[in-house]
Amino acid sequence: MDVILFLVFALIAVVAAINVVVQTHPISSALSLVGVMGSLAVLYLLLGAEFIAAAQVIVYAGAVMVLFVFVIMLLNAGAESKKGRSYMVQLLGVPLLIAFLGLAAFFVQSMYGKETVVFGGFQGGSPRDIGKALFTTYLLPFEVTSLLILIAIVGAIVLARKEID
Amino acid sequence: MDALFDSFIFVTIVKALVIFAVLMTTLAYLQWVERKVIAHVQVRPGPYRVGPHGLLQPLADVVKLITKEDLVPPYVNKVFYLMAPFLAITMALLSISVIPFGPAIQIGPVRTWMQMTDLNIGVLFILAVSSMGVYGIALAGWASNNKYSLLGGLRSSAQMISYELPMSLAIAAPLLISNTLSLRELVESQTGGFWHWNLVGGAQVISFFIFIIAAFAETNRVPFDLPEAENELVAGFHTEYSSMKFAAFFMAEYANMITVSAMAVLLFLGGWDAPWPSEYGSSFLPPLIFLFFGLVLLYHGKQAVRKWDKITFPAFGAIFLVIALIFLIPMVQGWLLPLFWFLAKTGAILFVFIWIRATLPRFRYDQLMSFTWKFLFPVAMLNLLVTALVVALRTK
Amino acid sequence: MLAAVPISWFLTLSAVLFSLGVAGFLFRRNIITVFMSIELMLNAVNLSFVTFSYHYKNVDGHLFTFFVMVVAAAEAAVGLAIILTVFKNRGTLNIDEIDSMKN
Repeated sequence: MDVILFLVFALIAVVAAINVVVQTHPISSALSLVGVMGSLAVLYLLLGAEFIAAAQVIVYAGAVMVLFVFVIMLLNAGAESKKGRSYMVQLLGVPLLIAFLGLAAFFVQSMYGKETVVFGGFQGGSPRDIGKALFTTYLLPFEVTSLLILIAIVGAIVLARKEID
Repeated sequence: MDALFDSFIFVTIVKALVIFAVLMTTLAYLQWVERKVIAHVQVRPGPYRVGPHGLLQPLADVVKLITKEDLVPPYVNKVFYLMAPFLAITMALLSISVIPFGPAIQIGPVRTWMQMTDLNIGVLFILAVSSMGVYGIALAGWASNNKYSLLGGLRSSAQMISYELPMSLAIAAPLLISNTLSLRELVESQTGGFWHWNLVGGAQVISFFIFIIAAFAETNRVPFDLPEAENELVAGFHTEYSSMKFAAFFMAEYANMITVSAMAVLLFLGGWDAPWPSEYGSSFLPPLIFLFFGLVLLYHGKQAVRKWDKITFPAFGAIFLVIALIFLIPMVQGWLLPLFWFLAKTGAILFVFIWIRATLPRFRYDQLMSFTWKFLFPVAMLNLLVTALVVALRTK
Repeated sequence: MLAAVPISWFLTLSAVLFSLGVAGFLFRRNIITVFMSIELMLNAVNLSFVTFSYHYKNVDGHLFTFFVMVVAAAEAAVGLAIILTVFKNRGTLNIDEIDSMKN
């Protein structure tokens, strides 16, 4: 059952990722990226990371990507034009990529071959455990990220406002 | 055979079918209730001719919407145009799947909860699904290739994501008190009478009001319905939609209303908990209510002025009396009473939604946005801070 | 078939998504698509973090993922504001045409 879930959602993730790179209109790429994030959320649930799965959908797919979709709709720039690329690059690119990924898969398999992921194998991903670690061990990074968000808010407002002459 | 009935998949499929059927009927009749309430506020009868007191009006509307011409304009972006209502209604129905309607019940060999599934991150799941619901509206606005739809869709999406912030903060405060994210355990932490509910015992009045206001904005209801109002922006993001796709958007809106009302009941009003414990007689209140309304209908049936009312009023009165008697059977009381309390509370909040629609004018868009960013969000943060302080000081 | 998913499959998936993100970053010419390829790379790295958190049975990987998400959100906000300004000034989203400091 885990295997079927993993295969289905990994396939959806890879197909959607290829769609992000291949589509000409940015809005199709944006929605495919939302599809990637959704299937990754399911894979996080399989790995026992329930809070991260929920945060992925709420923050990433539900807020950051909505921002992307807004900007694409507002700018309305249209589809990208396909200009010619070098033929050699197109011929060699995909096979080399597949060869590189095959090599990476072989090395990873030889290092971590025996271990399997079972749903329920890791119970420490609940919001309670994340909260405990976040407010004790990782308190300093937490405060720093809140400052970072403040800087981002101020920066975005300053950059995107109309100049008052 | 017992093994089949007891298996998880079979029980879940049956629950899904039951919830789907009940929900679809409720959506149709919620629209009837809304039209009747708004009509009576405006001193007119409302839907009246189709069936007794307009009770078959939803059926007539469904037939009308199905048989209307399903026009796909040639200038729209077909993929997104067809995907948008599908996304909207999928997300709206998905969030109903984790709402508990009552405690555990035993039907034959099967013991199950009145809830499709209980996630231990149930509240986060509902927030996640409502964040994804923004896409349906944004895509509908953009794919229609029409500047009114685009403006309506963008305004509506900006409104929804802006009001998600105070809503999440208002949800976080009772979670601090109940100490759990699972919806079933939320209700279990509020059992025992209305002084245990998070609204009264946890003093979450400010959170409740912030949640209700944010819920109005999330579901695009008056006074926050500028993006889809009929006399602004043509009809907003659903201008170019007809027949079933238009119906899908409206079903999604009503389903979202039901979800946020259910969330308010679960978070603040104690879920299916009776207002005072049943040892002191609260289990006699529902049969008394039904008895009262049955007697009122029978009385008015005797003195009915219009011809049909002489038959329908006594019929409904008799049905209500039978329901009042059913409430007294002890075997059924175990699940019927909590279900009644949950539905009554949700119905009360839905009535407030409809009442406000009949009464208030709508906000202008800049008033709406400055209201959330300059008032609701700071108040919600302060409320969360004060609640956290009180909880921390009490559990030393 | 197999009884459970080997952990190396998750890591391979992460590598596949990351390389697709790199390909999109290098080959696409629309600035918003380039930005989305960056987000794809960040997601692939998040999957890696969560997988290793499962391997070491520790919640620290989840926290790293949380911080990566926060940083990505902040970066998206500022980056999109910059893109809006660039579009206002240059009128195009094609990175081949925004290649000079003149004008």
